Amino acid sequence: MIELRSVSMTYRTRKKGSVTALADLNLTVEAGEFVALVRPSGCGKSTILKLVSGLLAPTSGEVQIDGRAVRGPRREMGFVFQTPVLLPWRTVRDNVLLPIEMLGLPVKAHAARADELLAKVGLGDFKKAQPWELSGGMQQRVGICRALVHDPDVLLMDEPFAALDAMTREALGIELLRIWEERRKMVLFVTHSIPEAVLLADRVVVMSPRPGRIAGVVPIDLPRPRHIEQEYDEGFKSAALTIRHLIEHGGPTLTPTPMAAGSGEARDGRR
Amino acid sequence: MVVSNADDVRIADAANNLGQTPDAEPRRSFPPSDTGRWLAPLVSFVLILALWQAVVVLLRLPRFILPPPLDVLTALVNNFPLLLRDTWVTMRETLLGFALSIVIAVPLAIGIASSATLRNGIYPFLLLGQSIPKQAIAPLLLLWIGYGEMPKILLAFLTAFFPIVVNTAIGLSMTPPEMRDLGRLLSASRWRVFSKVTFPSAMPYFFAGLKVAISLAIVGAVIGEFIGADQGLGQRIVVASGNQRTELAFAAILMLSLLGIVLFAAVSLAEKIICPWYGKD
Repeated sequence: MIELRSVSMTYRTRKKGSVTALADLNLTVEAGEFVALVRPSGCGKSTILKLVSGLLAPTSGEVQIDGRAVRGPRREMGFVFQTPVLLPWRTVRDNVLLPIEMLGLPVKAHAARADELLAKVGLGDFKKAQPWELSGGMQQRVGICRALVHDPDVLLMDEPFAALDAMTREALGIELLRIWEERRKMVLFVTHSIPEAVLLADRVVVMSPRPGRIAGVVPIDLPRPRHIEQEYDEGFKSAALTIRHLIEHGGPTLTPTPMAAGSGEARDGRR
Repeated sequence: MVVSNADDVRIADAANNLGQTPDAEPRRSFPPSDTGRWLAPLVSFVLILALWQAVVVLLRLPRFILPPPLDVLTALVNNFPLLLRDTWVTMRETLLGFALSIVIAVPLAIGIASSATLRNGIYPFLLLGQSIPKQAIAPLLLLWIGYGEMPKILLAFLTAFFPIVVNTAIGLSMTPPEMRDLGRLLSASRWRVFSKVTFPSAMPYFFAGLKVAISLAIVGAVIGEFIGADQGLGQRIVVASGNQRTELAFAAILMLSLLGIVLFAAVSLAEKIICPWYGKD
């Protein structure tokens, strides 16, 4: 379980003085839960992910994982970045194995694991390819495999599909879910896309900008395993609309808004 | 000439189209085919030589002012063993100076890239050193170290050194921030991140520096030979000019430019072997 307890984050910048990126934020991710963070603007976009990963320490408040306070980077953490940032001099497989090398673990013992992950995302034939020979979508698949190779218990994803075209994006989302279903990790997924958030997540947390607060939390009760056609379900549409309203009108509130209650109706409507 | 060139292009195009549908029109490719790529510079080279020969003959220039290209060629052939020995000497000085500059520049660049204190401490002196024309130091080096190989090596080193430091330092600081985060996230040691990510990603920049540096190293070595030497291409040019054997000076210059091309090509080849990924993104 990941818990952010009244977390605030203030950056000091030379030009503007201090900027409050997050103010008194409370957020919980249950074990095995997929949570999407929808953020209307880029301000302090990845701050939450960096706080959870231990790369940043909050100005006040505390981040806990499974009851233990995060005091620095933990190894049991997978990170997928907005761009794949693969190392061009390494083969696809060696890129996936990079975290193993960084951790100082035996590389040979993990090669099978890397191959297995690559096969799962349909890159079984590209193990020995160079990154530049792959399309953007394939590169990001490699990025996901790299994040998972050391079998972390938390997966942090910072707009991982933002640079991809809409079709690839949907396909990759579904693939991600397929891998995730096998070993349910806690996932924090930052995105700008409402449909993407609804399609993937158990809960969608809508953020308000400057300073970052939670505008509302929308539970997504679509059955799993998810598939793209669910985008045309009433439940999907009403959840998306609720999120849209929270982004447009939502205030800094922690209680469920009337819109969040609307998702309950949607659940009934689906049946 | 022009007609045959066009024919070559068409033949090459037809060859390229072999695998395609038979009724496809042979396209005139642009940029030109492989044949055009080497034929065009060859033609212009021959034209320039012809123009040179014509100018010398028509204007009746004395040979010690501007020797015709044929004289230069004769001088090159007749003095080839001598010129080859000079080329060897200059190449040795250049390469030793170049190697010395790599050995010193790379650790310095690593220092600059990894510590702000070192950067602030070193950079001003680097810039100061770079602002001094190397020709100005050459006589002093001769005064301090004397004749022989050493002052030439040092001059080659001094001229080649700066671009390697600057480029390598830039390359080392270009590591994607995500990669730094990944290293920190996995609590990887600084050495692991450096050896697996930072250093290899700096290689293209390092080679960009080397490409500039190798040409500059030759300049440094030649300057050293100008000031005082008893062998080497630079010294050959000075002596030949002094004796009004301009055609020999030209032949030496030709060897010098060949040396430059060969060394540059060698560095480019090393780059292709060591970072084949570069430019493929």
